[in-house]
Amino acid sequence: MKKINGLLLYLCLALGVCTRAQDPMLVNGAGATFPLPVYSKWFDEYHKAHPGVQINYQSVGSGAGIRQLQSGTVDFGASDMPMTDEQLGQAKVPVQHFPTVLGAVVPTYNIPGVSAELNFTPDALAGIYLGTITKWNDPAIAGANSGVNLPSSDIVVAHRSDGSGTTFIWTDYLSKVNADWKSKVGRGASVNWPVGLGGKGNEGVSGLVKETPNAVGYVELIYAIQNNMPYGRVRNAAGSFMKADLNGVTAAAAAAAKNMPDDFRVSITNPEGKTAYPISSFTWLLIPTKISDPVKRDTLKGFLKWMMTDGQKFTEPLSYAKLPKEVVEKEMKAIAKIQ
Amino acid sequence: MAASSHVVRAPGPIAGPRAFLRRLRSGDEIAHLITLCFAASVVLVTSLLVYELWVDSALARHKFGWHFFFTSVWDPIAEQFGALPFIYGTLVTSALGLLIAVPLGLGAAIFLSELAPPRISDGLTFFIDLLAAVPSVIYGLIGVFILVPILRNFGEPSLKATLGFLPLFQGPMYGVGFLAAGIVLAVMVLPFIISVSREVLLSVPREQREAALALGATRWEATWKVVVPFARTGIFGSIFLALARALGETMAVTMVIGNNPQVSASLFAPGYSIAAVVANEFTEATGDLHLQALIELGLVLFLITFLLNGLARLLILTTSRRGSAVEVA
Repeated sequence: MKKINGLLLYLCLALGVCTRAQDPMLVNGAGATFPLPVYSKWFDEYHKAHPGVQINYQSVGSGAGIRQLQSGTVDFGASDMPMTDEQLGQAKVPVQHFPTVLGAVVPTYNIPGVSAELNFTPDALAGIYLGTITKWNDPAIAGANSGVNLPSSDIVVAHRSDGSGTTFIWTDYLSKVNADWKSKVGRGASVNWPVGLGGKGNEGVSGLVKETPNAVGYVELIYAIQNNMPYGRVRNAAGSFMKADLNGVTAAAAAAAKNMPDDFRVSITNPEGKTAYPISSFTWLLIPTKISDPVKRDTLKGFLKWMMTDGQKFTEPLSYAKLPKEVVEKEMKAIAKIQ
Repeated sequence: MAASSHVVRAPGPIAGPRAFLRRLRSGDEIAHLITLCFAASVVLVTSLLVYELWVDSALARHKFGWHFFFTSVWDPIAEQFGALPFIYGTLVTSALGLLIAVPLGLGAAIFLSELAPPRISDGLTFFIDLLAAVPSVIYGLIGVFILVPILRNFGEPSLKATLGFLPLFQGPMYGVGFLAAGIVLAVMVLPFIISVSREVLLSVPREQREAALALGATRWEATWKVVVPFARTGIFGSIFLALARALGETMAVTMVIGNNPQVSASLFAPGYSIAAVVANEFTEATGDLHLQALIELGLVLFLITFLLNGLARLLILTTSRRGSAVEVA
């Protein structure tokens, strides 16, 4: 018996030593799905540049990411919507938000016989989604699209059925531009939709829109670009109709950067700025500001700095709008404060 | 189970530990213990599941109480949650699926086991088993891209034209909705019904058929009046297996049901099911109450499955008693 015990002990030690020697610094994160393509690219490139660091990210959704961070089962979280004060209070450690990239949401539609790019006013979008505007030739839509022959057919409204950051951005925008929407529906990852059909994911919504005549829906800009989907222009706060593109989204972020709070929890929908596209948002990494393990702390700080500088060149090839300079500078200061 | 263990332990009172050891060596006791553990693990997992669902939904249960079952507002922002539209959607789509699949499946099973030449029967059975292995997301995709446009352009308009006086077939036609979900579910559960029913029908003793034929019954009479009633319990079993699959189906349903929590008499209307809403909203549910309401929905689904299974058992019990009474008479 003693012999076996000794052998076991030896084996354990040997194994332990072996794995120790080869183990890279493992950092675990979980959260949003929207930025997953750029996050995987970042973590992969960073691992190539720093073989001693391996960052493992699970795209389990913003809500689950926040919960895992709160309970301390991951080293960092990621979310498409800022944490509420209540959620911050429930976390075991103080949490700092770090904007990483920007996303935008665009209205897409399928009207037989209409190939023109439609203009949408904020009230038209809110009216359609509230169910008060039910026909395509309603004056609220037709008024902004003179010269387009809009049919008198019923509008089929499509929205996301799964909770998502895309819905959060969309409803956040509608809440800002329309008082009725704010009081009746509000903003959130899942809301109580007054009308419409639900599709799962961007592909579900775009499927509904493509397959259903006279349908309107909303999808992420990246998804629309990658799939060559037609999408409409939206009137911004300065009064000009903007077609979403990466520059317009970065412009929106730059406009908001002037009043950026220190915790970066800011909504940038409907910003000022002539060229700003109005329906866009940051997505955030959620990093604890107090990390007891010094190696892990330095690793995370190192990664964040790299992400803000060298990492930014990977965003646009993946169709993500990059952060404006002002925000990057501010974030570099915040990184230094992590203890 | 109690009865069988009694038989094994019959010599127990006289036998001491030595006898126990002997039995242990002969293997029976070991087999008994091991299989008992396996059987018990099922019960353990099930009760653990219920316990977790019960504990993790405490907040929602206390806040909404019985109202949870009878209100139909689902508003994650105002934190108002009612399960009625989801329960309704789950039951309606499953019932519709079975309504379509049971006659089809039973008919196919009868053909395969009784009427078809063995070679055709084996070939077709292979395809049916293949059908059972298709992932549900594939059914969902086919539903979205093929079934839904067909329903919107032909199926629903013709139903409205012929049976439009019924409230079941009124209202705007989107293609997606209860009807689409029911049809997709029917296709998905069909292989279960066919495969199990066929096996059960094949296991009916040859003598039963021969006796009926000898008494002058036609082949169809022998099948319908003797073989099918004989296999009744097993056929019911296949239907309940199908029902369980339909109740819990998530992916294919959420892709074609329209995901709009409402109670509507029309089968054309979009609806929502319990499994679909849990899958859709669970990952992004940030509020505690929202999360707990979703977990409570899981508990409700469990309860529905449990109740329906219980009812099914009862049904089998009563019909088989009546059946045996007839046999005795």
